[in-house]
Amino acid sequence: MASVDTTFTRRKVLRDELVGLYGVVERNLYLTKRYFLWDLAFLLWTIANTLTIVFISRGVDLAPAARNELATKLLVGGVIWAFLGIIFEIVTETVAWERWEGTIEYTFMAPVSRPVHLIGMGVYAVIYGLVRAAAIFIAVVAFIGLHLPHANYGAAVALLAIASISFIGVGMMTAVLPLISPEKGTQLGFVAQGLMLVVSGVYYPVSVLPSWMQWIAKISPATYALRGNRHQILEGAGLAWADVWPLLVIGAFSIPIGLLVFRAGERYAKRHGKLKRSG
Amino acid sequence: MSSSSAVDVRDLSKVFTRRKGLIHRRRRAALSGVSFTMERGECVAILGQNGSGKSTLVRLLSTLLLADAGTAHVFGHDVFKEPRKVQRLVNRVSVEASFFKKMSAAENLAYAARFYGMGPRETHSKIPVILERVGFPSARRGEAMENLSRGMQQKVALARALLTSPVLLLLDEPTTGLDPRSKQEVQTFIREIRLQHDSTILLCTHDMKEAEDLADRIGLLDRGELLFIEPVGDVKERYAVETLEEAFFAATGRTYEDERTEDDEEREVFA
Repeated sequence: MASVDTTFTRRKVLRDELVGLYGVVERNLYLTKRYFLWDLAFLLWTIANTLTIVFISRGVDLAPAARNELATKLLVGGVIWAFLGIIFEIVTETVAWERWEGTIEYTFMAPVSRPVHLIGMGVYAVIYGLVRAAAIFIAVVAFIGLHLPHANYGAAVALLAIASISFIGVGMMTAVLPLISPEKGTQLGFVAQGLMLVVSGVYYPVSVLPSWMQWIAKISPATYALRGNRHQILEGAGLAWADVWPLLVIGAFSIPIGLLVFRAGERYAKRHGKLKRSG
Repeated sequence: MSSSSAVDVRDLSKVFTRRKGLIHRRRRAALSGVSFTMERGECVAILGQNGSGKSTLVRLLSTLLLADAGTAHVFGHDVFKEPRKVQRLVNRVSVEASFFKKMSAAENLAYAARFYGMGPRETHSKIPVILERVGFPSARRGEAMENLSRGMQQKVALARALLTSPVLLLLDEPTTGLDPRSKQEVQTFIREIRLQHDSTILLCTHDMKEAEDLADRIGLLDRGELLFIEPVGDVKERYAVETLEEAFFAATGRTYEDERTEDDEEREVFA
């Protein structure tokens, strides 16, 4: 009988999955190295974009302290906008980049579980996003000359990392879009980013929104990340449980939902022959 | 299912649907009731024109497509119900080399190998050896793929497939578009794999000479239907012809002059 041993111990399977996760992160590192100058140009663009927002504070007739506070609030909004954008972009590239390079069939026929594949993309996105967010923050603070004597940077990074669990979950949902529409799916990821931030008080308090939008803000992880980060940078607050628990709850739902959505999308793509380079 | 088969495909069908306007949908059968078996260590070539369903068959066996009807087993594992087990046993080389173009050959191979559980230490030692075996100059393994010729890229594609030691190797037009020398090198290497490894090979091609040279049995897919699958001598005897080309025309009932229909064009896009 033509038998081949396909029995693997749980330990071996776990080890292989971790190696697969490492492979995803490693590949992204290679690509970042190769596209370093392009990424640098994109970073400069994001810094310029953030500056255009933060400079609004300079045109408002306020006392210096209040102006500094407004600039900081706008800066936090700009940095989180950029952070979220990078997470969605990288997680969405799970499909989009592989399709563009033509490697999608090889990756999707490989024996690595989809959760590990997507989480690998998410882990890299968070590391890269945090480094990039820090660079934007430092550049804008230096350029504008902001005074942030009480800032608790450790707590701010920790909160952003916790919020990232939910962001990755939502990113997984948008990552499926290029499978369904190779041409327009990637752009729809930006729609999700914009919708999430508009209800979350990216450059304004949530209280100024219509009441129905304020209800949606309650289930948006960006709401708690923005609120917490502003307190941490302006007042030096620590990790507040009031911000952490909603993020953990949203994350506990968004990751499984993201995986289910991606799985359904992958099944649709396999049924309709869309899991190929030319779409 | 035959218990001794490396590959067992029964009544496999795949239909693709394409939207035509807002309401209408067109359905095209890429594969219709295809059945065949392959023994371990055997090399079977599937011949067929563009759009005949060869790539659909390879993609189904690669777990990249779900069938509409029928079953497929690889070494006893159901391709559609146990995809992870099948994925560990299968690898492929297709007509497009398909790599991250800015990454080097070594980096691309390492990325592919990680998904099969090969850590950095293992790939560090194995990649130079496998590249050397396929005739890829070791000194160029750090060069970006975009700087390599098509023939070189195809050698790296072969190395990628072999690195994971697949027991079933799916070759989907691996020499199409290669210059004669590269083509010969790839074919020589496929022969070597057969001699030195315990691999079962399914070769899809429209190069009849290549099929005759490399395969134990030849199958002919035409418009999604498998017309025959048997040793080349039996094919020629059955149709009382000298060449596989003549057998192809005798089996399909068509000639070179016959125009391709709109259905054929659409099938080519889908399949």
